[in-house]
Amino acid sequence: MKTLKKLLKFVAPYWFLILVVIVIMLMVTGINLLVPRITKIIIDDVIPSGARSDLILMALAVLGLAAISGGLTFLQRYTMEYVAQKTIYLIRNSLYDALQRLPFSFYDSAQTGELMSRVTGDVERLRRFFGFGIMRLITSIVTFLGVLVLMLNMHWKLTLLSFVVTPFMLYVILQFSRKVRPAYFEVQQQLANLTAVLQENLTGIRVVQSFVQEEKEIEKFKLENEAYLKRNITAIRLNAFYSPLLNFLIGSGVVVILWYGSREVVANRLTVGELVAFNSYLMMLLTPLRFLSNIINMYQQAIACGDRIFEILERPSEITNASDAIEIEKANGYVRFEDVWFSYDKENFVLKGLNINAEPGEKIAILGATGSGKSSVINLIPRFYDPMKGRITLDGMDLKKIDLTSLRRNIGMVSQDIFLFSTTIRENIAYGRQNATFEEIVNASKAARAHDFIMALPKGYDTLIGERGVGLSGGQRQRIAIARALLMDPTILILDESTSSVDVETERQIQEALEILMEGRTSFIIAQRLSTVRNADKILVLADGTIAEQGTHTSLLEQDGVYKEIYESQFRLQEMALEINGEGRDV
Amino acid sequence: MGYGLRGGPRFALDKEEVDLKNYDYNLIRRLVREYVRPYVKHILIAIFLMVFISLMGLLGPYLIKVAIDTYIPKGDLNGIALISIFYLLSNMAIWVASYWETYNISWTSQNVIFELRQRLFEHLQRLSLGFYDRTESGRIMSRVTNDINALSEVAGPGMVRIIGDFFTIFTTAAIMLTMNTKLAFISFTTIPFIIILMTSFRTRIRKAYHTVRRKVADVNANLQESISGVRVVQTFSREQTNLQKFDSTNMENFQANMQAAGLHALFMPLVQFVGSLGTALVLWYGGLLVIDSEISLGVVIAFISYIQRFFSPIANLSEIYNMIQAALVSTERVFSILDTEPEVKDIEGAIELPPIQGRVDFENVVFGYDPQNPVIHGISFHAESGEMIALVGATGSGKTTTINLLARFYEAQEGRITIDGIDIMTVTLSSLRRQLGIVLQDNFIFSGTVKENIKYGRPDASDDQVIAAAKAVNAHDFIVRLPEGYDTQVQERGSRLSVGQRQLVSFARAILTDPRILILDEATSSVDAYTEMIIQQALERLLKGRTSIVIAHRLSTILKADKILVIDKGKIIEEGTHDELLALSGKYKELYEAQFR
Repeated sequence: MKTLKKLLKFVAPYWFLILVVIVIMLMVTGINLLVPRITKIIIDDVIPSGARSDLILMALAVLGLAAISGGLTFLQRYTMEYVAQKTIYLIRNSLYDALQRLPFSFYDSAQTGELMSRVTGDVERLRRFFGFGIMRLITSIVTFLGVLVLMLNMHWKLTLLSFVVTPFMLYVILQFSRKVRPAYFEVQQQLANLTAVLQENLTGIRVVQSFVQEEKEIEKFKLENEAYLKRNITAIRLNAFYSPLLNFLIGSGVVVILWYGSREVVANRLTVGELVAFNSYLMMLLTPLRFLSNIINMYQQAIACGDRIFEILERPSEITNASDAIEIEKANGYVRFEDVWFSYDKENFVLKGLNINAEPGEKIAILGATGSGKSSVINLIPRFYDPMKGRITLDGMDLKKIDLTSLRRNIGMVSQDIFLFSTTIRENIAYGRQNATFEEIVNASKAARAHDFIMALPKGYDTLIGERGVGLSGGQRQRIAIARALLMDPTILILDESTSSVDVETERQIQEALEILMEGRTSFIIAQRLSTVRNADKILVLADGTIAEQGTHTSLLEQDGVYKEIYESQFRLQEMALEINGEGRDV
Repeated sequence: MGYGLRGGPRFALDKEEVDLKNYDYNLIRRLVREYVRPYVKHILIAIFLMVFISLMGLLGPYLIKVAIDTYIPKGDLNGIALISIFYLLSNMAIWVASYWETYNISWTSQNVIFELRQRLFEHLQRLSLGFYDRTESGRIMSRVTNDINALSEVAGPGMVRIIGDFFTIFTTAAIMLTMNTKLAFISFTTIPFIIILMTSFRTRIRKAYHTVRRKVADVNANLQESISGVRVVQTFSREQTNLQKFDSTNMENFQANMQAAGLHALFMPLVQFVGSLGTALVLWYGGLLVIDSEISLGVVIAFISYIQRFFSPIANLSEIYNMIQAALVSTERVFSILDTEPEVKDIEGAIELPPIQGRVDFENVVFGYDPQNPVIHGISFHAESGEMIALVGATGSGKTTTINLLARFYEAQEGRITIDGIDIMTVTLSSLRRQLGIVLQDNFIFSGTVKENIKYGRPDASDDQVIAAAKAVNAHDFIVRLPEGYDTQVQERGSRLSVGQRQLVSFARAILTDPRILILDEATSSVDAYTEMIIQQALERLLKGRTSIVIAHRLSTILKADKILVIDKGKIIEEGTHDELLALSGKYKELYEAQFR
């Protein structure tokens, strides 16, 4: 009931249209009820009296009523469909909006395919309910009541008698929904599984083909596909049993009327015309009942889908603006971590009481083993996650007090996993600042050393890049990502292991681009190059969620600790290369 | 490397405007021939039951007519009871028959779409990377799920219902004719109106559904990208703008739906109106005939029933017709993927590549993603078994393309590539790729456990072998520190692992297959200095004793290479060891110095 209420809230703005639909439906029902009445008059009065002119009049009346009813039916259907489509359009938008705002922690465990199926499949089923189910429900109730009154008026005994079948029908309908509902729920569930497998396969197709695992993937898919088939058949089987059973019960009602009604006619308590009309009415009475099971089914599906949708819509975002959040303009870039504790699962702490002090414009290089908490540090600054304990401040202000959007506008990120959108290069670069002029975009690209290769593309800045930027090389994508960050002109810059996966020439260009990007900004860099650590104002060596060592390149080397070890094994080689080459000691 | 979109037109998936005429027949024929045929028995049973049901349905009004004309006037209560029992029995028969009919036909259609979905998936596995370069996965997804589901109706119930409906229409017409020819012909005058209606709506509705499906695909594509790129979206605070964009796609979808709904809403009442026209004609003309004592009252009453039974299948047919229209659109879209030939496939008479030593030769290889625009202009080189070849060159020079050609993800247009002297074009794809180890730039990790991921290329490997592989590439230590060790679920795309960890897992995955030839595409970096150290050790062990073709960008790798190929604009311009190349004072020296200056 709760879910229905929430669903109805989406429809509420259209109450007037719905009212119109209901009024139209009442009219249509009324007209439809009139037709058997006219037939009865023709049979009982007009034909026996032999009034030919009345006959044509009556026939025209039937036709006229049909025309009116047809016109109204069109209006009603169209309006209802409008309401339904508009509603799910709104729901889809809300879902999209909600999905975009959900925190990283949500996406850590969510599957894209499964989320997709909520926004597409579930929403579609809701449409069917709104467009068809609700309309049918109202028509059914109205018709049922209307027919009942007419029948009682005509012959109350026969009416009551024809009701004999209704308890059976209700029982069957109840059974139907009790058994068929879970069956269809499982069908849905399985479709989601199928979609997830498919989705993963399609994104990983290169690996699949590299390892020649097509057959295994086909087997895997086949399992899901077979399960889907089985569940579908189970559901259909139940449906195939109960639906004709209802028809049979309706037919039995007709039998009762035929038998008892005919006796009444023989006894002269009923006319033949009335018997015929009664039969039509009984159909009108029971058909809506028959649809009831459909409607219940649709209703239940809609509730299930609604639940899945609201799970997203109402998921409390852990990362929200405080009520007194302050919008900031350009920050100075003074970042402090004060005894920060953080955990992804609230059990295993990744950061254990971290303190960092970054002055405006400082370059902070972060080193440490995989799993030492480097990524967590940089994810906390734009508030992709919030610390469990302690606080992080920007210019002395707790991040939680700052308006989220304004905070993130001050932060530029070039992450390890570069995601470009399948649109033009120009739009990708302007991703964070759409009002940027073309000149600004070109300047950013030039600074990011991306301009030249962009101009060499078929349509320059207007070149479309494929899904996930497939058509571009790693180095090209990186430079676009740098241009994208540069255009934002952020106060704080976060570089996550981004200066690699390219060849030497590109590497040099990217280095240059990064130098430009970092200039005058507070930068946090998960470092891997010698030049970076040497240029850093401060090096933090993380181990097990705490800072094991910190200082400058020279001071840390003197300490003879972890840093020295890393340096010896890793940077030494780079340094040797410089010496072999005999030039450029000043990186 | 290819630039941007790799030339060529976007894949036909976007080209939705197909010729709408003469398609239906071919599509249905193909669907039946290729997918429905095995179920002929079930379908025949369903059709038989359908005919039976419709005959039983026609019996009803006749029984009522007999009651009204024969037994009621006579006051024969026993006769009335008998008629009632007959009526009840016929209803019961309908119930049982309906159950079997629905079950049979749904079973059939579910099996058909199961098969179709399976074949589509299998076909997708075989399609070449070129296809995936051009096609967004959201669009493919929508074909495999939405489109196939949409055609479940037409693949079984729809077809049988059409047959049943036609049968009902003809039998009803026959009964009406026998009862009274004049009245029957009067009723039939409405048929031309129905035909006009159907033909005039046909194309329009079809087109409308076409648009709807296309718009749905747009919505899906947008959604898919937004969800997988959500981290970037939030980083750049793009939520508002993206919502606006989504909103406009969503709005177009809404409008397309309304267009289709409008046609639909108009069509049904029109059909019903024609049905009422029939009823009115029967009432009027039948009434006249009764007054003239030509027919009995029972006949008119039966006629009214029959005319409803005559029109309701027609109305059904048009409803089914719309459904079929929608389904045919989907069928076309599904077949269009099935009809896409993989660009790379086994040639006729392809042999199994025997176990290889690992000698690789490129002989004057020319290739372009768009054949008119070669990106590789005649590359030749030789790699001895166990040698390590480093490819060096600027972005876009053709390094990635070169290794893609070796794995036959694409095929060279000129020249040939041989392994141990065997042209790779003459061997089966699977036997070739099975003997290659490929570590791609994008270390794709599947959802599942760490162990399953390592075993990916060799599902029958034992736990010991998995652990040995992990140890060999330094992955063991971090794996045992995970909450559930090797059985830790890594989530979609391995999101629970860091980039460095994913890389180590993909190394383990490659080393476990123990390939003679290893292809490495710039995958050895994007990690911090500490992880880098671990990875370098791992890499060394991975490459040892194998022929390896490496896109190198790291000094340590380059220094170890037996041969360095400097590639520029799709050509090898310099070739030799590090020292030889430095001595040349050419492009290599330039590149080398550039990095460390």
